[in-house]
This record gives sequence, structure tokens and C-alpha cells, in this order.
Amino acid sequence: MKEDPVFDNPKNVKKIVMGFYLFLAVLMVADLILPKHPFFPWERYPFFYGVYGFLAYVTIVFGSQYVLRKVLKRNEDYYD
Amino acid sequence: MIRSLPPAAILIIGAFLVPLLKGRLKSVYLLLLPALAFVSVMSIPEGIHWTVGFMDYDLIFGRVDRLSRAFGYIFTIISFIGTLFALHLKEDGQHVAAFVAMGCALGATFAGDLLSFFVFLEMMTIASTYIIWTGRTEASYGAGLRYLLVHLFGGLCLLTGFLIHLHQTGSIAFGTIGLTGLASYLILIGFGISCAFPVLHAWLPDAYPEATITGTVFLSVLSTKVAVYALARSFAGTEILIWIGAAMTVFPIFYAAIENNLRRVLSYSIINQTGFMVVGIGIGTALSLNGTVAHVINNVLFKSLLFMSMGAVMHQTGKINVTDLGGLYKTMPLTTLFCIIGAASISGFPLFNGFVSKSMIMSAATQDGMAILWFVLLFASAGVLHHAGIKIPYHAFFSHDSGIRTKEPPLNMLLAMGIAAFLCIFIGLLPGPLYSILPFPVDYQPYTAAHVLDIFQLLSFAVLAFCLLILSGLHPVEMRVILLDTDWFYRKGAKVFYRLADRVIGTDREVIHEVIHGSEDRKVPS
Repeated sequence: MKEDPVFDNPKNVKKIVMGFYLFLAVLMVADLILPKHPFFPWERYPFFYGVYGFLAYVTIVFGSQYVLRKVLKRNEDYYD
Repeated sequence: MIRSLPPAAILIIGAFLVPLLKGRLKSVYLLLLPALAFVSVMSIPEGIHWTVGFMDYDLIFGRVDRLSRAFGYIFTIISFIGTLFALHLKEDGQHVAAFVAMGCALGATFAGDLLSFFVFLEMMTIASTYIIWTGRTEASYGAGLRYLLVHLFGGLCLLTGFLIHLHQTGSIAFGTIGLTGLASYLILIGFGISCAFPVLHAWLPDAYPEATITGTVFLSVLSTKVAVYALARSFAGTEILIWIGAAMTVFPIFYAAIENNLRRVLSYSIINQTGFMVVGIGIGTALSLNGTVAHVINNVLFKSLLFMSMGAVMHQTGKINVTDLGGLYKTMPLTTLFCIIGAASISGFPLFNGFVSKSMIMSAATQDGMAILWFVLLFASAGVLHHAGIKIPYHAFFSHDSGIRTKEPPLNMLLAMGIAAFLCIFIGLLPGPLYSILPFPVDYQPYTAAHVLDIFQLLSFAVLAFCLLILSGLHPVEMRVILLDTDWFYRKGAKVFYRLADRVIGTDREVIHEVIHGSEDRKVPS
């Protein structure tokens, strides 16, 4: 069976990642240009939402993997 | 004729005719039932219908207003989609149980009194337990039994609260209750168990992943959504719900992040999404309640879509753990596409349905000036992206190639996913029809340039964090482990109780044995 090599080819993956970085750059420029309608004062800060999203994601990954898992993980047959 | 029957009756009575039919006729009938129920929901005029006298009270089986009708729509729509997804099943019992459970959800939704609501809720519990048991594994038997016990406990709290409430007010009406005393607290706990409030939630990730592939699609919309309806009906504007809901949005994202079983990831995700709805009920404004109802409708669509896509993976590969999957996009491209649509919708990306409803709840929190809540919900939104937006599609369909080569699931499964995916995009692009069925008039525009940009930034930079962690090798790998949750207390506690009981009964047995047989050994003095 012929396989679709789209994501097996590192070049394609690189292109997609570069396209994504470009999209992020556009978002950052738009953030500086577009008028904002903030309700809370911190929403005025440049790239507030982006920074918050990035930090929240990293917190979730590391918090769950290195704190929660350490405390709560058990073998799969724990309740058997 | 349809208008003369409550939608619940169409599904519940209709369910028992399923075993009498065969072949193509049965397939048509299975799809016709939820379609008829939908037409019934659509055509009943607002007001009170189907009142039955019971002792000194009136039981109301048809309280139709904008709130109950909105829930009625989504329960019948998902009944149709879920039945289509399960159409290939030969076992009548599963179809019957699903229709009875969905019928009870409709019955509870349109109940105008607490007694009939309670009866429908308990019947739904029994039908749901059967659905879990049809998993037919030792794990599903145990999980079903625990599900039943926890829900019966919830039912008892509800019944006790209801009886005290009846004693105090003399009324069985199912309306606004609010937190006013013991009765209301008991009723809230009863609803809270069904709604998977924090600490009371463990039955959900325990039971749902153990049910059948098709059964879980129904289960995912039953208990929690009926409970959300009940909370919206009785406890709108109760402040404690804001913080209960906020906790529900946050703690499951940490569990979902490290859970290996992808259907269990989705189960934690149900709690997270229900949290947003509970927050909306707690805020209690027209905007927040509209947001809650809109999010129920959208959530049922994208969550069932995600469960269906994972069900399709399980159906085709027999596997559901992150550690066993990967690379399936090569042989299941359509399922991959549907899963990505569900993932984008639940994450709240603009143009998908999650965006147009979650935004309403966020805006309601903003308008109330609740800064801490706003930060929590924004954090939870990034969490949704992590476990449902990225983890589910990435680990099942991309990631490392597991070497599994399979094919797309049967046509009925693809069609069911296709309909749900279409609705997710349709509502995302054109939220007008959704907004038109909400309980209060809607004056809300989700697509402002600033809002779209904010959400794109939040989610895209979270995706950037994912890319950087993966590319740098810092993203931790999944492990074959289970995670302790609050069910530990009753799972381990029950074992201790059982051993103690065995000891006591064992001792009794000896005593009884001695009483019966001892007389032969001992001479009774005359």
C-alpha cells in the first residue's frame, strides 16, 4: 500500500512549522496595530493574550507531569 | 399525532418496539424515533402540557419554555447522531437502553415538578448503568456498579432534600430554589453528583471509558447535561456555583494532561467543559445563562464528535491508549479530519462553535468585573487546547508511527461524525440560529476584530509552547500508569469495609454454628 508521506518528510514538517511562525508574527503585528477594547487594564499590554497562553500551557504541562503524576501515578493493576 | 405524545414517551415507548423489527426496516425505525422526538420538541407550544394527578399533586410531563426546549433540541439531535453512529450494532439491548436513557433525559428536561424529574433521573441512571455494563468486561462491570451506587446516593440526597422542601413549602414545583436551607443544600448535592462537582466527580472518568464504543457517545451527554439543566432551572445566580464551576474548569486539565487512555482524557474534559456551564449558571445574568445553554448545545456536538472519533479509532484498532497509538492519519484521513474539527471546536478557535458560546460566558464574567474568575477561565481555555485540542488528535493520528495500518470505520460512523462536524462549523460560522433558540434575547457579537485576535493569540501561542517543547525534546512522554482520583476513597474503603464485614459475619457464622450445633456437644442441664 502506498503511504502518504506528508508528515513523515521532515521538510514538510519544517514548512508547516515555518508557516505557523509566520502566522504568529502576523498576530503580533496585528496586536500592535488593531484598536483594543479592554475591560481589564492588563489587556492593554502588548501581546498579553499570547504571553498568558504560552505560560499557561507550559504550567499545565510541567505541573501535571512533574507534580501531579509524581504524587498520583500507580501501576495499571493497582485496583485489581 | 406527534404533538399528542411527549418527546420522552416517543423514545421510551418506541424503544421497546426495536426488538420486533429486522433488517432495513429496523435501521429506518431507529433513525425515525429521534427524528420524531425532535419534531415533537419543535412543535409543542410553550406552556404546561400532559398534567397527571397523583395523590394531592399534579405531575407535569410537559413544561415547555425556551430553556427546556433548547435542551430538548440538543438531546434529540444527539440521539439521532448517536443512533446513526451505532446503527451497525446487532444487539437490540444497547439500542433500547440508549433510547430509554435519552428519553429519560428528555422527560427530566420537560418535567414541571420535582417528583417526575426525580423519577426520570433515576430511570436514566439505571439505563446508563446498563450501557456501561454492555462493555462486558470485568472493568466495565465494576465501574458500572460504582456508577450506580454513587448515583443512587445522589438520588437519595435529592429525594431527601425534595421531601424536606415539600414539607416546608407544600409544593412539588420544579422551579427556582436557591440556597436557602438544608433542603436546598441536599438538592444541590444531588444535582452536584450528577454534574460531577469537584470531589464528587470520580464516577465520570471511572465509568465512561469502560462503556461500549457507541454507548459512551450517549453517556457523555446524559448525566452532566441534565444536571446543568436542573441547576439552571433551580440555582441560577447562586454565587457558590461560580467557584465550584471555576474549580471544575481547572483541576481536570491537569489529570487529562497525563492520562494515558484517550477516552478517559475526554471524560476529564467533560468535567472541564461542564465547569464553564456551571460558572455561567452561578453568574446568573441573561448573557451568562444564554452562554451556558449555548455551550451545552455546542459541547454536546463537539464532545460527542471527539468521543465518536476516538470510538472509531478503538473500533478499527482495538486500542485507545496514547502509548499504543500514532500515525493513524495515513489510513484514517476522514476520521482524522473530523477529530481535528472537534478539537478546534472544543478549543474555542474562531470559526468553530466553541468560540461563539464560551465567549459569552467569558464576557459575562468580564462584565461582572470578576478578574480572578476571568484569569481562571482563560487559563482553563489554554488547558482545553492542551488535552482536547492537541493531545487527542496528535497522539491518535500523528505523533510517532505506531505501525498500525487500518481503514476508515463503517459508513454509518463516518456519516454520524460528518453531521456533528458540519454542525460544529455551521454554528461557528453562523451563530444566529443557535442564538435564536436561547432562553433570553441575544444582543451579543462574538466576531469583533479585537476578540478574534485575542483568542487567536491565546491559543496560537499555547500551540507555540507545544511545538517548542516537542522540538526541544522537553515534552514529557506518556506512561502506562493509572492516576488516583477521589474514587480511591470508596474503592479502597469498600475493600476495607468488605474485609471487616466478612470478619464480623464470619464470627457470627461461628457463633451461629455453635448455637445450632453446640447443643449436641454440650449437655443442657435439665
